[in-house]
Amino acid sequence: MDTFVQQLINGLTIGSIYALIALGYTMVYGILRLINFAHGDIYMVGAYAGFILATSLGFAQNPSVFGFIVTLIGSMVIAAAIGMAIERFAYRPVRRYSKMTTLITAIGMSLLIEYLFVFIFGGTPKPFPQLLPNENIRLFGEATISTSQILIFVVSILLMVLLQWIIYKTKIGKAMRAVSFNLNSAKLMGINTDFVIAFTFALGSALAAAGGVLTAQYNPKIEPLMGIITGLKAFVAAVLGGIGNIPGAVLGGLLIGAAETLVVGYGQYVGIPSTYRDAVAFAILILVLLIRPAGLLGSNVQEKV
Amino acid sequence: MSSWVKSLVIGIIVVAVLYVLNATMSSTGFFGVGIDDYQGRLLVFIAINIILATSLNLINGFTGQFSIGHAGFMAIGAYSSAYFSNVYGVGIVKSLASTGETVSTSVALICAVIVGAIVAALMGLIVGIPSLRLKGDYLAIVTLGFAEIIRIVILNIDAVGGATGYSVPGYANFLWIGIFAVITVIVIRNIVKSDAGRALVSIREDELAAEAMGVNTTRYKVTSFVIGSAFAGIAGALFAHYNKFLHTNDFQFIKSFEIIIMIVIGGMGSMTGAILGAIIVTLLPELLRKLPEIQVGASTFHFSDLRLVIFALILILTMILRPQGILGTREFGLSWLKRPRKTPEGGGAVGADTGVPIAQQEDAKRMQSEEDEDQ
Amino acid sequence: MTRIFLAICLITSVFFSFACVQKGGDANSTGATGDTIKVGVYGDLTGQTSSFGQSTKNGVQLAVDEINAAGGVNGKKITLVVEDDQGRPEQAKTVISKLINQDKVQAVLGEVASSNSLAAAPVAQEAHIPMITPSSTNPKVTEVGDYISRVCFIDPFQGSVMAKFAANTLKAKTAAIIGDVQSDYSKGLTEFFTQEFTKQGGKIVAEQKYAQTDPDFKAQLTAIRNSNPDVIYIPGYYGQVAIIAKQARELGMNMPLLGGDGWDSPELWKLGGDALKNAYISNHYSAENPAPEIQNFVKNYQAKFGVVPDSLAALAYDAAKVLADAIKRAGGTDSAKLKEAINQTKDFAGVTGRITLDGSRNAVKPAVVLELNPSASKFNYKETIYPEGMTPPATTGSTNTNSNSNMNSTAATNTNTNAVTSNANATK
Repeated sequence: MDTFVQQLINGLTIGSIYALIALGYTMVYGILRLINFAHGDIYMVGAYAGFILATSLGFAQNPSVFGFIVTLIGSMVIAAAIGMAIERFAYRPVRRYSKMTTLITAIGMSLLIEYLFVFIFGGTPKPFPQLLPNENIRLFGEATISTSQILIFVVSILLMVLLQWIIYKTKIGKAMRAVSFNLNSAKLMGINTDFVIAFTFALGSALAAAGGVLTAQYNPKIEPLMGIITGLKAFVAAVLGGIGNIPGAVLGGLLIGAAETLVVGYGQYVGIPSTYRDAVAFAILILVLLIRPAGLLGSNVQEKV
Repeated sequence: MSSWVKSLVIGIIVVAVLYVLNATMSSTGFFGVGIDDYQGRLLVFIAINIILATSLNLINGFTGQFSIGHAGFMAIGAYSSAYFSNVYGVGIVKSLASTGETVSTSVALICAVIVGAIVAALMGLIVGIPSLRLKGDYLAIVTLGFAEIIRIVILNIDAVGGATGYSVPGYANFLWIGIFAVITVIVIRNIVKSDAGRALVSIREDELAAEAMGVNTTRYKVTSFVIGSAFAGIAGALFAHYNKFLHTNDFQFIKSFEIIIMIVIGGMGSMTGAILGAIIVTLLPELLRKLPEIQVGASTFHFSDLRLVIFALILILTMILRPQGILGTREFGLSWLKRPRKTPEGGGAVGADTGVPIAQQEDAKRMQSEEDEDQ
Repeated sequence: MTRIFLAICLITSVFFSFACVQKGGDANSTGATGDTIKVGVYGDLTGQTSSFGQSTKNGVQLAVDEINAAGGVNGKKITLVVEDDQGRPEQAKTVISKLINQDKVQAVLGEVASSNSLAAAPVAQEAHIPMITPSSTNPKVTEVGDYISRVCFIDPFQGSVMAKFAANTLKAKTAAIIGDVQSDYSKGLTEFFTQEFTKQGGKIVAEQKYAQTDPDFKAQLTAIRNSNPDVIYIPGYYGQVAIIAKQARELGMNMPLLGGDGWDSPELWKLGGDALKNAYISNHYSAENPAPEIQNFVKNYQAKFGVVPDSLAALAYDAAKVLADAIKRAGGTDSAKLKEAINQTKDFAGVTGRITLDGSRNAVKPAVVLELNPSASKFNYKETIYPEGMTPPATTGSTNTNSNSNMNSTAATNTNTNAVTSNANATK
């Protein structure tokens, strides 16, 4: 029992990170129908921004709650700016072209960020400074939870509530929903769609950066290619939950995270070795899509004849 | 000249050209003239990439399906044919030893390629039937997922080397790879120009309308997917028997992306575009290795360290400046060399000269005009 | 059809026309002209394992700079041609072909991952260009042919070293293994650790795998925790290992952790911190070893690249030095003579120990077992374990590795005993 609870905690920790990144994917897709492959790399950029902030502002030497908050918010702002820049200079010019063109632009952007970071920072993993003390709390039996895991849960939930508030209670959120419903009609209604799209990118990138900094607190190692697999799995989570659907992205992320750890923990008893961890996310996705093509919480859009 | 004589003559010329090229790669060269192993290797990869690009073009460019997991089928073809060669191929070569090395290895290669193609086609069928119910991006992510699952499963099979890698007998040479590339191009061109090809293009343009016109869309979609997968399997088999070594790191999703880049950069839905794309994506990163270095103070700065950054930049700029790809929707050719010929009835296939589905083009035009109004 | 055919013809003929070279004659005679010696280096500089390739490149660069500053080899300076293979075996084969055919290098250094070396080695063998791999540990690599050699341990030796240490010194009865699924190095060590540990009477109670890209390892560790092993063997690289150690301690798993030379990196301490207490690794050398050649290497490397070298950098440094030494002994770069000279390398004093190449062109050198001391960010010497057939220092008076190790472990936990140099003196 303790082992099961332990695995569940491990899984939900990872799942929360996936969920934070998946939110960015799902928002961008909801509005532009664009798979933003560079989004996983924004998560990496966020972690590096946090690293640079924490070391240059001296929080690495004198860790404090204040330092952590500054690092977290600072890296979210930097990532938001980079996300908007990517949208402005790479995606906006190709927005009106075919899906393939935008997809290749996104892949190109992803490669550009990765190789640029390898060139600038080198491939060597960098140790992320511990900004908050990390202690273990024994729950019961052998099941433990560390403060960095609690931090991930708390900050993720806060950010998700904040996002929900932005989308449903503010004017810009209303505009985002309108644009995602129909871009052209929204434009006719006088909504500045370019601004809304840029804002969406900023929001998504900030969430991914928060994911990057939180992961770096939990697993204090950052490297230029850390966003590829994590980003891909977050995208899978977004599709699983129903792409374009915000609660769906959270549900998808948590599900993928839990499924992964349970496969590692218990897969061997049913003949699935732990090496299939990365395959599990995709297998679940495929199964779900075959049964519910729009994802778990997605609404099925009826094609009009 | 009757048509079969013409085909025969062209066939002989093609084989002769490939034979000469193959000879130049050998250690003695073609009458002393030759190209080195590195250049030969690039030529071989161009040929293999042409097979991959044209076959993916059949699925993506002509049928309008969105598959981004082509490397998975390549891996299936590569590993199944390699396993076949290691288990049975050696026996085939031995039993045919009396016929000489060229014949025996060629027979073994063709057997292995057929095995690779069949296994990849079967896998394409297994993947295709359920997933082709999905559309657009959903299909894309499912094909990507299947490719990753295939890779991870292969990585866990110790019989084919797992993380160590898998050695394969080197039966393939440029002659065979070139012949297979030419066959692939001809077969896919003929499919596209046939009735079935028109059905495929009709699915790309408007699936509902095609269905209403009596096209069995599911059957055609699955068929094109299976054919595309089979050719990817052939490419994989040739790669395995040329490279002589397989490792799953060569089939990561970046490989699938490269194949997609080939067809988009060359021009979707254009045969010659896919070929051009294959050549560019193979040669450009290699040419960028030759970038100069400059002296900054005491240290030297190698521009070639930035080659992949530059490659990514070129990719993005191409998409921004020429979103329809370099050739766009046209076929590159030397039509001025040909005698004017009577156009066959009905002209080319519907949309044969448009890479972007007509519906999307109109969408794009509309959005374009709207944006113009904004400004 | 005709158009497509003509297009292909045109493109290939254009390519062909600029690519033609005169064939025939001795391919190697063309390279050795001028007053420089060209050496090719290839590795993963941009891919998933780019830290390995960059360390290797730096190690070679440092060695070559030192050699050139001292006047070069036989009066000739060494120039390096570095190529990136993105960690893909296919690319590894392409770039080694480029180095040999286009750049006309006279020797090649690389790769780190055995799978990439296995893909590339046949090209060097066929072209008769000597290739020294600094850190590919799979025995198969040098079996490709007599032009391929290495300066590192092979998996069977290093895997069994830690198994012996676990069984004899730590008196462990049960062990768990967490290996890297994509790494051939990890796979090899796992295999031979299991073999030797079982032979010594121990039992492997759990085996888990991770991927280098895994965001955390608690799932695997929790699965192991149930079987409660005496020791955990983690044959991997420092980037993941440090986090595994950290998360294992977080889960309350305080048993000894064992590892190999892949752990050795200055980043290990920063990444792992106090979690690295009660951990032991097998290694070629220790950066804290006071021997002057090692300290000079560490100092110069730090001055040039701003970081403490890891074991991959040290091995690459040695590989370049072994090559330079062989060129000197061969009196030039004639490939057959150079190959012979490399293969006859004996008692070469490298920073990773005395390097002697055996009949299968594998480096034979003793392994040191080091205890990790995170509070001082350094390794404490524990004992030296000799490969079979190699005579340990005469002072121990025994060829039996076990009795030797027991003797050492009782005596040498205290300070940084000068392990490598003392062996060196003994083997002279």
